[in-house]
Amino acid sequence: MARYNPPEQSKAGQVFDIAVVVVAIFVALWLPLKLGLAGAAKSIDPLDAKTWDALGQNATMASIWEKLGYTPETAHDIIQNRFHYIIDWPTLIIMAIVLIAYFVFLFRASDKEYREVINEKFDDK
Amino acid sequence: MTAAVETGLTTTIHGDRVSLLRVLGPAHVWALGVGIVLVGEFTGWNFAADKGGALAALIVCWIVGLLYTSVAMIDSEVTSTVAAAGGQYAQAKHIVGPLMAFNVALFLVFAYTMLEVSDAILLGDTIVAKAGVEGLTHNSFIAATIVVLAWLNYRGVLMTLNVNFVITAIAYVSIVILFFSVSPWTQGAVLKLNELVTPGNALPYGWIGVIAAFQFGIWYYLGIEGTTQAAEEVRSPARSLPYGTMAGMITLLIAAAMTWYVCASLMPWEYLGITYYPLWDAGKLTGSPLLENLLFIATLLAALASANGCINDAARAWFSLGRDRYLPSWFSAVHPKYRTPYRSILFLLPIALAFAFIADLNQAITFSILSGVLQYTFMSINIMMFRKKWPLGSIRRGYTHPFHPLPAIVLFCLCMVTFFAIFLGFGSQLIAMTVFYFLISLWFHFYRYKFVRRGDQFSMPWPKPQGY
Repeated sequence: MARYNPPEQSKAGQVFDIAVVVVAIFVALWLPLKLGLAGAAKSIDPLDAKTWDALGQNATMASIWEKLGYTPETAHDIIQNRFHYIIDWPTLIIMAIVLIAYFVFLFRASDKEYREVINEKFDDK
Repeated sequence: MTAAVETGLTTTIHGDRVSLLRVLGPAHVWALGVGIVLVGEFTGWNFAADKGGALAALIVCWIVGLLYTSVAMIDSEVTSTVAAAGGQYAQAKHIVGPLMAFNVALFLVFAYTMLEVSDAILLGDTIVAKAGVEGLTHNSFIAATIVVLAWLNYRGVLMTLNVNFVITAIAYVSIVILFFSVSPWTQGAVLKLNELVTPGNALPYGWIGVIAAFQFGIWYYLGIEGTTQAAEEVRSPARSLPYGTMAGMITLLIAAAMTWYVCASLMPWEYLGITYYPLWDAGKLTGSPLLENLLFIATLLAALASANGCINDAARAWFSLGRDRYLPSWFSAVHPKYRTPYRSILFLLPIALAFAFIADLNQAITFSILSGVLQYTFMSINIMMFRKKWPLGSIRRGYTHPFHPLPAIVLFCLCMVTFFAIFLGFGSQLIAMTVFYFLISLWFHFYRYKFVRRGDQFSMPWPKPQGY
């Protein structure tokens, strides 16, 4: 197999590629934050009676909360802020499809490239 | 991974070929891994309690420990054979292909950069909380941490890493001191596990909470696989890598168990699940000013040591991408005086700063965990391909891990569970990150790959792989 000689990349081309990578990084990491899609999906289950008892805290727990500087009122939003694990099947299916498609593409495209590497490496000898 | 900075990266400077020196032993490998990971005991693991309760945090501590034991076993075999700098990146290049290597390097960069961001946020928040001054924000501390550590890495980090080893040891010893100071063999005096973790609240969300907790269970150990970055610098990869990595895992398992026991016995799970500094809080709750201050300092030291190692590793992975032309070769420059990948260090600096200011701690940790789990998924498949392409006996292996393919299967299954765990509460982030990796892979395969020299990607003196 003939040895592949890659083209030399111009400085402008390198700068452009760097810009593409930076934009991609910020879109992937920053956009979910900006759109409020990142972070824990939690919500507060409010209670009318804000007492340690109503919050499910025994005497030992209550004494520790107080040692940490909390009252039943200030601890309420921490204790009652809960996850609600309801499986959203459409989202789960989308996530599975995206993950599987990503890995399938990754291994298939890598294998195609790998064959070129192996052919050039071993056919040279 | 780290000594490469001082010993030099394989490159040519003023006509002299600079190569990596084989100076490290198992103790260095241990220190490299534990140094980055130990901060996980000081913050992050406790968010597992938020997702599933205190008992769930303990269950995932052990099950995720099994995941990482599989990682360490697999890594030890592949890395002791593919003894090239770059760790999993070099493995992917030789076993799967360039696109996979490109992705693995990105996994490494993002896992380490976001870990660095988490470390800086932790450090800033800890100082602000200690100062207790109205209006004081963490921004200046975060910026100072990231900039100063980047500067140290720019200048060369051999001395910094020696200091790193010491401060990691101090942070580890502080956990041991805390553990023995609270009379762990006696309940009721200081520790009140029975009253804080009750049958009614041990698993507040049931078993689905345990699965959800896997996400932050990863944080107990995330980064231990970084030991493989030192493959070219250890005197005896066959001996040092397995011993150093497995010793690191054992150390971390012990630290994780002690941390959980003390913290779960000192604070209600609802608070444990949201605090940014569980060990420092534990120190406070003992009522001992000495322990409180010791854990405060240890939290800062663990964060500093981890961030420093992360800057080093992320820059090295980014540098490798430039050196192999997977990214513009501009990144592959080595500083003529300090012999550091200075352009990569400088390039990643504003990215880390930006995310330290716009993300909060658990978001940054989730970004890091996501990249880590994608990498572990690759590793489970990678070892199967490695054994298939070069069966036992066909090449000289530094170390052959036992029970194959069981560790690979265990690792793969636990990765799937962890993806589901991330979906439970952080699903949008997972999809966004995967879409990013997908799109950037398309960009690489259909455009960027044309700049890559094909045959140069395979540098090991092995026979042709079977099936090719």
